[in-house]
Amino acid sequence: MIEGRIHSIESMGLVDGPGIRTVVFLQGCALRCRYCHNPDTWAQCGGKTMTPDALVGKLGRYKTYYESSGGGVTFSGGEPLLQPEFLLETLRRCKAAGIHTCVDTAGVGEGDYEELLRFTDLVLYDVKHFDPAGYRAVTGRAMDETSRFLEAVQRANVPLWIRHVVVPGLTDGEAHIRALARFVRGIRNVQRVELLGYHLLGKEKYRALGLPYSLEGVPALSEAERERYQHILDTCLEGESVT
Amino acid sequence: MMDLAGNPAWEGFKSGEWRHLVNVRNFIQKNYTPYEGDDSFLEGTTERTDRVWEKCRALIVEEVKKGIIDVETDIVSGIDNFAPGYIDRENEVIVGLQTDAPLKRIVNLYGGMRMAKSALEQYGYTLNPEIEKHFSEYRKTHNDGVFDAYPKRVRVARSAGLLTGLPDAYGRGRVIGDYRRVPLYGVDYLIEAKKEELEAFDGPMTDERIRLREEMSEQIRALGKMKSMAARYGVDISRPAATAREAVQALYMAYLAGIKENNGAATSLGRTSTFLDIYIQRDLENGTLDEKGAQELIDQFVIKLRLVRHLRTPEYNELFGGDPTWVTESIGGMGVDGRTMVTRTSFRFLHCLKNLGTAPEPNLTVLWSRDLPVNFKKFCAKMSIETDSIQYENDDVMRPVYGDDYGIACCVSAMKIGKQMQFFGARANLAKSLLYAINGGVDEIKGMTVIPDIEPLTGDVLDYPAVLRNYKKVLSYVAELYVDTINIIHFMHDKYAYEASQMALHDSVVERLTAFGVAGLSVAADSLSAIKFAKVRPIRDERGIAVDFETEGEFPKYGNDEDLVDDIAVEIVSYFSNELKRHEIYRGGIHTLSALTITSNVMYGKKTGSTPDGRKRGEPLAPGANPMHGRDENGALASLNSVSKIPYRDVCQDGVSNTFSIVPAALGRDMQQRIDNLYAILDGYFARSAHHLNVNVMNREVLIDAMEHPEQYPTLTIRVSGYAVNFSRLTREQQLEVIKRTFHESI
Repeated sequence: MIEGRIHSIESMGLVDGPGIRTVVFLQGCALRCRYCHNPDTWAQCGGKTMTPDALVGKLGRYKTYYESSGGGVTFSGGEPLLQPEFLLETLRRCKAAGIHTCVDTAGVGEGDYEELLRFTDLVLYDVKHFDPAGYRAVTGRAMDETSRFLEAVQRANVPLWIRHVVVPGLTDGEAHIRALARFVRGIRNVQRVELLGYHLLGKEKYRALGLPYSLEGVPALSEAERERYQHILDTCLEGESVT
Repeated sequence: MMDLAGNPAWEGFKSGEWRHLVNVRNFIQKNYTPYEGDDSFLEGTTERTDRVWEKCRALIVEEVKKGIIDVETDIVSGIDNFAPGYIDRENEVIVGLQTDAPLKRIVNLYGGMRMAKSALEQYGYTLNPEIEKHFSEYRKTHNDGVFDAYPKRVRVARSAGLLTGLPDAYGRGRVIGDYRRVPLYGVDYLIEAKKEELEAFDGPMTDERIRLREEMSEQIRALGKMKSMAARYGVDISRPAATAREAVQALYMAYLAGIKENNGAATSLGRTSTFLDIYIQRDLENGTLDEKGAQELIDQFVIKLRLVRHLRTPEYNELFGGDPTWVTESIGGMGVDGRTMVTRTSFRFLHCLKNLGTAPEPNLTVLWSRDLPVNFKKFCAKMSIETDSIQYENDDVMRPVYGDDYGIACCVSAMKIGKQMQFFGARANLAKSLLYAINGGVDEIKGMTVIPDIEPLTGDVLDYPAVLRNYKKVLSYVAELYVDTINIIHFMHDKYAYEASQMALHDSVVERLTAFGVAGLSVAADSLSAIKFAKVRPIRDERGIAVDFETEGEFPKYGNDEDLVDDIAVEIVSYFSNELKRHEIYRGGIHTLSALTITSNVMYGKKTGSTPDGRKRGEPLAPGANPMHGRDENGALASLNSVSKIPYRDVCQDGVSNTFSIVPAALGRDMQQRIDNLYAILDGYFARSAHHLNVNVMNREVLIDAMEHPEQYPTLTIRVSGYAVNFSRLTREQQLEVIKRTFHESI
């Protein structure tokens, strides 16, 4: 049977989708986002291997928590879409076991998104940037692949939670947030839009991995600033149907 | 027998057998009003309460600085030995103090002279020399008796730290009187009932019959003293309470008698809120009380409970992290008939945390059930988040064993109120026992033989089957030794430091639960897992004792929901529990067992050498049934799942204690989300038949403490903008960063 490469599992995810969620971090990511706080999940090799059956067996042990909270499993990473066969088999089994599924992704993977989305209840979609130049500046890649994924999500009518990381000097400022709002307005089925503040806790990992850190000297975003931007964003989105 | 049936104090109460014989549960079931609504009815403090509490707060602050406010050195403990004392007489709605002044402590010599004298000396007090001289001359103490009887093997185990925290030098505690009997029936009726029983309890004069007859006579005298003590405050508890205020007052007087007479480690209150609610509800309905007044009664009662003190040595306080008295009040739960036991007064008790501010005492314990009203669950979760002061225990696993009128003594020990008492048994060190299995019964620190007839394991690499075989042999020996020790302690405690006033509020024929305990469960399980799944090489010193271990390879660790190792933990406690049950207990005691250390895991660790799991000599053990900090790789719920596998019923039936720590922001973005998540975590955990959860929703001070003592906060989870991490796994620099971010910016 196909095996997945798993970086780690967090049994008490309270902020990555509705309710209490088991967050499965899959190993490997094609993007190199400058603010990434999990550079240890980049490499395509490594991680613990696990079959879909073994993983779903593990998830079953949290069923009392899913039931009490309306939670489920969230596949995150790394980039879960880079292990499409494993992800598909696992999602299929989760649905058969009655577990709510969520995929936390930047939308840069491979394979048949449509098939995956048949077994996905919610997509947590990370908007790295809304225009091609900005996108390249943040991720080092072109925007085509993530657009292909987003179109597939729209076709499949899967609801989305949008997330966006605000980095001082890179993805901040009122104009930036307003432009983000315009971009989000173009997406259907958006249930929630969350801004996340850039923080410094990933920095140490770069040092440990011997990787250069390109945001050296950039300060963390304060919670007050984040709240201010969130408010601007919410105001821009108000009046739009965000169902 | 006197007939209370027509007395006006019972007017408006529904009838039942409680009218004809002492049966508080029956009274509650017939008369209480379940409450499924929310907290919007609650009121703040009254001016009187504010005045009283203000004085107490000032005193408590002073006490924290000085260690102690005062001690009465001219009188020794006793139910009616002290003049009445007040805080602010005209504003006290509920009166009564242990001595003639607030926070002035009692010297209790019945448990042991040495401990009392040492405490006095260390705080700079001297016992009245007349008392010291005459007490020793005429009276023997519990401590004297125990040491007269201890065989050498017990002394050796005690000094090695295999058995520690034994109640052999002070009061054993964990006895809960049914204090509700006093307001419901009045003391005169209770005295008469006891007298009648004593007279009827005739027959062949066996040891037990003679002892019980003597004890019942002591109980009758204690009830008389309870009455005269209350009368000194102008409170008449001879007759049933006629109002809510009288009920609270009489109940408190009954409790107060117990803490004047004894200095038990834990002096818990029981399950009083739903009982008191019946009186409050009656007064609210007949218009003689309003909500403000109802809350005032509970606030003022709780103030009194916050002032309970015993004279302890500073080392004792250090061991238990403060000055604990475990005035545990059990709140909520479900009735066996399916109705919730939650009443408005359940809310009022918890609301004190808001009205009076947060405090460790009384130890508010919510009996959680999946069937509790949602509004109450949410209120509890909210109070936990705001005050960090509630512990939770699973009513759904306890109710089938104890019914619906049990209470918790100390932290986790359930008992049927008024029908069961407990012989408290401290703890045996499971981690140290494992080292004895490896070292042929020789103590790894002191070098003496503690366990006889154990072959030392001499191989280069530890062989799992051989270690397990020896370990079981050691545990069998420890079990027998432990039962013998506890038998001696409780024989002597009954004889020299009997809790007459508390036992007077029990049925005369009681069940005696005997609570053994274990420390170091996770260290023992992880060590065995290392030996089984990795390669463990002992490093032996010149005496041939393994003083350290080299471990090669990976092994599963308790706290990750891995059955491979969790099953080992289950096997250890099940085996030890069964071994204990092979040995008879004094007075027909029933064996129970807990995995509970409070904070003594630190001291147990100090006395335990390096262990095969990688823990170094002197490092703390994990608290209670908690996994060792830093070993969980899959987050907090995996850790909770591991602990939930330790069986409660028939194995660890005195309790499986677990501590869960989290900062508010990790629970969710806003208050509503935090409440929903915490409540779902509790529901999810207890649905797995787990027994107990201490919930710490952390504030800044706690996080700073967690940096210094990570072992006390094994599952502390923090949220850092988008993801959650285990606090103890961060570097110091990161921890400081988190503290700065989490708190500074939100101010």
